[in-house]
Amino acid sequence: MSAVTIEGLHKRFGRNEVLRGIDLDVAEHEVVCLIGASGSGKSTLLRCVNLLEPVDRGRIVVGGEEITSPGVDVNRIRRGIGIVFQAYNLFPHMSVLENVTLAPRKALGLSRREAAEQATELLARFGLADKRDDYPDRLSGGQQQRVAIVRALAMRPELMLLDEVTSALDPELVAEVLRVIRELAEGGMTMLIATHEMGFARDIAGRVCFLDAGVILEQGPPERIFSAPEQPRTRQFLDRIIEAGRL
Amino acid sequence: MKIFCIAEAIILVTALALAVLRSLPGPVFFPVRVLAIAYADFFRGVPTILVIALLGFGAPALAIDGIPTSTTFWGVVSLVLIYTAYVSEVYRAGIESVHPSQEAAARSLGLTRGQALASVVLPQAVRRVIPPLLNDFIGLQKDTALVGIVGAVEAFKQAQIEVSADFNFTHYLVAATLFVAITIPLARFTDWLVARDRRRRLAGAA
Repeated sequence: MSAVTIEGLHKRFGRNEVLRGIDLDVAEHEVVCLIGASGSGKSTLLRCVNLLEPVDRGRIVVGGEEITSPGVDVNRIRRGIGIVFQAYNLFPHMSVLENVTLAPRKALGLSRREAAEQATELLARFGLADKRDDYPDRLSGGQQQRVAIVRALAMRPELMLLDEVTSALDPELVAEVLRVIRELAEGGMTMLIATHEMGFARDIAGRVCFLDAGVILEQGPPERIFSAPEQPRTRQFLDRIIEAGRL
Repeated sequence: MKIFCIAEAIILVTALALAVLRSLPGPVFFPVRVLAIAYADFFRGVPTILVIALLGFGAPALAIDGIPTSTTFWGVVSLVLIYTAYVSEVYRAGIESVHPSQEAAARSLGLTRGQALASVVLPQAVRRVIPPLLNDFIGLQKDTALVGIVGAVEAFKQAQIEVSADFNFTHYLVAATLFVAITIPLARFTDWLVARDRRRRLAGAA
């Protein structure tokens, strides 16, 4: 069964049509990377899958349930879908532990103790045990982003959406975050990843989708997309990336 | 002092409620927003002394059964009506200063709008507006002197009574000292709150 099915997805902001008919099928345990220039619709697509943006047209089915049908309980849907943002978006007035336990306590009804135990375990797994009581402003970007990933994982999601999670990081901090994502992939997490890290995408993705002007112009296994793209637009994009020394 | 304390406690709650009503999104809440805006506009526009005079003299004069005739009561009501409008604007500025991505992050974790507001948006909003909140409360504290015109006895009124009895104007000085004796510790307390919060968040940061 597919973990995610997207059919004919359209989304516009005012007169700007950002998504113009996206069709995508993600299998369970599959890792799909979305690449493409800024403004091609990668982030909007992820935000639609998490229902942070209402869709204009088309359907999204996650875990067999159509989440775009009217009257669906968005809070319940979102609990099963983790999303991590480029800017971490940690809650600055809460310690790391409080950041991670907030949603399990409020949305899943876990007791303070249960939530703290689970969070401590997750934090330890990602090398953040000693940051438990720190506030986000004290942490490096890489640490903050790892906390954001842990915060999403604490809801035990079946699908993770990663929206350019390394784009705001200093280069030397990128690796620690990518290591976490790699670990998730090895653990069988279904992931939809928007990224500018082409080397990483080539490494981790089962499939790469090239987005251009709101449509998936080309998709396939990373070896083929990166070495023998069929579409001239894909080639152009990759040429510019190579020119910038990012592949 | 009693008038001020009671009024302040009520205002902190009503103003927050008004600010939240005004921030409710969507067309469903349009009438609510309009009413909240109309309320804030009206009571920020009317002079405090006018509301106090109207309610303080007017309400008891209606002589309706069940309506309190205590001028202190109507003084508190007037101050609450006026300052709720001011303070709600302060809260609203705080709410709007919290980046939408914070709410998005909370909602993305499956929290309801109310939970996101209560756990993520409001705590940050309130922390940011503590200094301007104090500003309004000093104003409120000083405006309690106006309640005296309808007969409620607060510090200024008391001083007037004393002065008219012995023509010794130092009673005014005493009243002034009383006011400042409350506002200055309050100001230092706020500074301390803000500094403590900042220290805690940034402790050890480079």
